[in-house]
Amino acid sequence: MLSRRIISCLDVRDGHLAKSVKFVNTKNIGDPIEKARAYYEDGLDELVFYDITASSEKRDIMIDVVEEVASQIFIPFSVGGGIRSVADATKLRLAGAEKININSAAAKRPELIREISDAIGAQSTVLSMDVLAVPVTAVIPSGYEIVINGGRKAMGMDAIEWAKQSEQLGAGELVVNSIDADGTREGYELKLTRVVADSVRIPIIASGGAGKPEHLYDVLTDGGADAALIASMLHYGEYTVSGLKQYLAGRGIAMRMGH
Amino acid sequence: MPAAGSEMITIVDYNGGNLRSVKRACDAVGIDSVFTSDPEAVAAADRIIFPGVGHAKAAMSTLRQSGLAEAMKTVHERGVPILGICVGAQLILDSCEEGPTDGLGLIPGQTRRFNLSDRSLKIPHMGWNEVRPTSDHPLLGGIRPGDAFYFVHSYFPCPTSNSDVFAETDYPEAFCCALGRDNLFATQFHPEKSGRLGLELLARFASWNGSAQA
Repeated sequence: MLSRRIISCLDVRDGHLAKSVKFVNTKNIGDPIEKARAYYEDGLDELVFYDITASSEKRDIMIDVVEEVASQIFIPFSVGGGIRSVADATKLRLAGAEKININSAAAKRPELIREISDAIGAQSTVLSMDVLAVPVTAVIPSGYEIVINGGRKAMGMDAIEWAKQSEQLGAGELVVNSIDADGTREGYELKLTRVVADSVRIPIIASGGAGKPEHLYDVLTDGGADAALIASMLHYGEYTVSGLKQYLAGRGIAMRMGH
Repeated sequence: MPAAGSEMITIVDYNGGNLRSVKRACDAVGIDSVFTSDPEAVAAADRIIFPGVGHAKAAMSTLRQSGLAEAMKTVHERGVPILGICVGAQLILDSCEEGPTDGLGLIPGQTRRFNLSDRSLKIPHMGWNEVRPTSDHPLLGGIRPGDAFYFVHSYFPCPTSNSDVFAETDYPEAFCCALGRDNLFATQFHPEKSGRLGLELLARFASWNGSAQA
């Protein structure tokens, strides 16, 4: 049976690990490679490195981080943050990233999904969407709107329509990140992940809001997600990958045990 | 037949360097390997890893144009140990439904696409799934019930003869995830992305004598 995946996201700024709360007040919490390696050895299923480096001259640090991770960690890992072109994607792929995560640049120019998917394959093309709950209107019939720039700019795009369009353009997987839930540790936005999961046929990774093991259980059952993305639950040492997996397996969720 | 162990592994590169993750995994377990797109180096190799990602028809077309298809047949006939991975496990068959395209024809069979009527099952089959050995093979030694490997694919291998099937996975029906004959073995899953178990499989391949007898 196909296991549900536990994925951890490491936000990296200038080569250091950062954790954001509601996308503001990022703080440094250590060496990303050291953390990633510890999670890998504890049975993590997949890694995401998200580059939140602001200055373009420091962006090449990310290539070094990716190469280092690729030489030490033998599970799939994806890299995102600031990817605007096939050239950006190819560079990270050659450095060892299994998958490429695109977000704002695709929301602004959807054809980017097709271009990257044609170049590196749908299985390696991950579309991340940042989603905000808004009042239902004719333009946003689902009540979920796509936002970019860390939630500061609304795109006037319905999240469900965008999910379907992304799949058609060649995305192989979707990360659904709730801006409302992000950093709250009060649980994933289950209704959002469920409606997205029901409207596409590619895997859904739920993101934003995990604070307790029950939240992972909820999103992998009621939320319809194929994978649960977590960050601060692990980064501050409050929970372990193996502990979370034991808990979920104990509640009947298919989990890969060991590493 | 070559002696077991210690030869350099030649990794066939037909995708512009995107298959380098296999080399990184070999490096991590101390296996010497080279990454090459030179047909002569492939034909003369002592031990081959034949990886693969992407579209089967495009891959086959690149292999033909570069001369690597012929080189693969030559090195296979020489009896050296060969490990195919993912699309590499599909192209060793007679034909692939993706395209469609002819394969290298090293093992009789073809590939098929998952045809899932249950809309809740996703395509591609992506993630960690249990690999269940159906008969003994030296490269699958040490796999215990419940052990999972990493998969990402929409097509799967279907060898004509059951005797070429060495392991199965369920999605939701059983399909062949490891196949082989004589000096050739291939996995639909990715050992280089499957954590400790995957690295162990690669290490076993490095010292395999090329015989399916356990």
